[in-house]
Amino acid sequence: MNAIKFAAAALVASTAFAGAAIARDQIQIAGSSTVLPYASIVAEAFGENFSFPTPVVESGGSGAGRKKLCEGVGENTIDIANSSSRIKQSDIDLCASNGVAEIQEVRIGYDGIVFASDINGASFAFTPADWYNALAAKVMKDGALVDNTAKTWADVNPDLPAQDILAFIPGTKHGTREVFDVKVLEAGCEATGAEETFKAAGDEKAKGCTALRTDGVSVDIDGDYTETLARIDANKNAIGVFGLSFYENNTDKLQVATMSGVNPSTETIASGEYPVSRPLYFYVKNAHLDVIPGLQEYIEFFVSDEIAGPDGPLAAYGLVSDPELAKTQEMVKNRTPMAALN
Amino acid sequence: MTEVTADIATATGRLDGRSLFKVGERTRKRQAAERRFRMMGLAAVIFSILALIGLMTSILSNGLSSFRQTYVTMDIHLDAAKLDKQGNRNPADLEKITTFTIQPLIQSALQKTMQERGISVDGVNAKKAVELISKEAPAQLRRFILENPQVIGTTVSFDLLASGRIDGYYKGRVTMESAALDRNISPEQLMLADKFKQAGILESRFNWAFFTAPDASDTRPEAAGLGVAILGSAYMMLIVLVLALPIGVAASIYLEEFAPQNRWTDLIEVNIANLAAVPSIVFGILGLAIFINFVGLPQSAPIVGGLVLTLMTLPTIIIATRAALKAVPPSINDAALGIGASKMQAIFHHILPLAAPGILTGTIIGLAQALGETAPLLLIGMVAFVREYPGAPPEGFFDPASALPVQVYNWTQRGDPAFVERASGAIIVLLIFLVVMNAIAILLRRRFERRW
Repeated sequence: MNAIKFAAAALVASTAFAGAAIARDQIQIAGSSTVLPYASIVAEAFGENFSFPTPVVESGGSGAGRKKLCEGVGENTIDIANSSSRIKQSDIDLCASNGVAEIQEVRIGYDGIVFASDINGASFAFTPADWYNALAAKVMKDGALVDNTAKTWADVNPDLPAQDILAFIPGTKHGTREVFDVKVLEAGCEATGAEETFKAAGDEKAKGCTALRTDGVSVDIDGDYTETLARIDANKNAIGVFGLSFYENNTDKLQVATMSGVNPSTETIASGEYPVSRPLYFYVKNAHLDVIPGLQEYIEFFVSDEIAGPDGPLAAYGLVSDPELAKTQEMVKNRTPMAALN
Repeated sequence: MTEVTADIATATGRLDGRSLFKVGERTRKRQAAERRFRMMGLAAVIFSILALIGLMTSILSNGLSSFRQTYVTMDIHLDAAKLDKQGNRNPADLEKITTFTIQPLIQSALQKTMQERGISVDGVNAKKAVELISKEAPAQLRRFILENPQVIGTTVSFDLLASGRIDGYYKGRVTMESAALDRNISPEQLMLADKFKQAGILESRFNWAFFTAPDASDTRPEAAGLGVAILGSAYMMLIVLVLALPIGVAASIYLEEFAPQNRWTDLIEVNIANLAAVPSIVFGILGLAIFINFVGLPQSAPIVGGLVLTLMTLPTIIIATRAALKAVPPSINDAALGIGASKMQAIFHHILPLAAPGILTGTIIGLAQALGETAPLLLIGMVAFVREYPGAPPEGFFDPASALPVQVYNWTQRGDPAFVERASGAIIVLLIFLVVMNAIAILLRRRFERRW
């Protein structure tokens, strides 16, 4: 019994402490681990160029970050959620039910997703169809869907090296996986004609397009890119999926494959030639703008040309700068809340 | 009589063909089994030692280099025309100096140094040359200028961090071959660094900043340090010590000396033993639900981490304290009561002092366990990029901070290979803390423990 009393006393004591605590003076950010490096670069530059303290940037995933943002308004909720995918209607509903009315959606740029293998191995030139034919559970053969039996990349496409198929792809909890599914597998599914066959067979949404084979040639990586890199290091035949910025920091260990004949770079991604990319966002709680010191300055600083522009530190680290940055700057200045999702 | 002799005859008869001095078949089997068991035991010990050696060599070989850092020393002219256009040294105006205006000063200073010393490498222009210097340098200059506005217009000698790749070159992580493939550095830049070294303006030193500097972003691994993490861990340990020790000792004394033996105390005892075995992440979930969402304590703050770790450490301390109290012979208690001491006097004057070494050992081991804990901190927002040092206690307990194991976790996720070295270095620092704490616990036990 005593232990319980003591625990209760500790709780009461901590509540009293909390009441005495001073107001929060630093910005709190949480969310996507893809946006984390960019957000920490900006936070660091913000801290050293302004008299405001350096914001605290937490990772934990896009979904978790948006959920935290929508927990409510107040000093013990976060101000900004980083996200590598667009906010969902369910998040907006959650926000509304917790009294978070106005949210700004700020697109900071684009993230390229690249396919890379060991630097000393063979080089690859892929198309989405190659990936679909290599990894999907069912592929088209002579006009019908059959189980995938391809063993080497040459089985998939005679132009590719005769190297065993082994792919390290992001696990389903990653935002990157969604992009891989949509921009690579579904595109390949469509290109090989499998999508039509799926639909004809009654699979309305062609879900079979993203069903992967389970015989061990495609390995889900639930960790981060450092884990994928370590796996490739141990398994020289493998091909891994990385973010462009991660690849650019490890060009001495990895070689990148082209996709549909386009080499991934900030230029080809910005121009839209390289197909596998996605926009990155952060979401700001407008109710906090005049409460948390420096919040407005921080978001303006984030999207300024000096930081997010093509010559800024974010682009140098691998972020593809947004061609419509000026529009975003204008929007942030006017604190325009996001419109309803279409 | 005849029966007895017959018995002896049969008994000796069983020994037929066997001698007590010759090893029989069954004995040999038993001895072989024992030898096998001893071999297996030895193999297990050797295996664990090899595993430990493997782990330590990997950590030490990766991490020891993080205790040294490469610096470039040069004179930089702090141009008044660029830094203070009004010329009035007004602190409010000086605040507006950005690192973007300081960067060109470093570039031209480097150019000047290279010209004066006649250093040049083909294919390395001014922009490429300045890449040898860390991106932290402009921030370092800006801090220095804001603290000493009178230096504007003069020439000051600075020790600037070399960039992570250059630092890696002198630690063997980057080679000429890897640089040829690396987009962030070229072999020519490495040659330039070698010339700097010959000229004596580039050298490597003991890396004090690793222990004092805050974390840095992915673009400047060379500037990342453990300052905030060490401070955060220290704050949390302080909270754990201040809360868990008195609560744990009070609970143990009550349970051991005062509580009646009934079903309720049995239930509590079982639950304390169970709590000690609960996975630590569960305490993190509890911390998030109670301390942050219900009580409203701030995110990422050492106070929340400390409270969560207190809950985690309490069972360990209670179990150790009860064992220590039990180990004190009852005759001491009886003697104290016999000469008229009250129960409380007997406990505080006689039993507790004798049990103190055991209690302290348990507490230190509990603290060491809490120091290395990451999982509960994941959920309460301490796995974060934190650059500001928390303030002095008690207000500092509510400021965001990081923690040592969390810093290791963070750094292993970064893209730049230089962070692998930093993470291993942080592991070494953490291990040193743990070894010191455990050594103190052993010392206390050896020195003060009494056996009856």
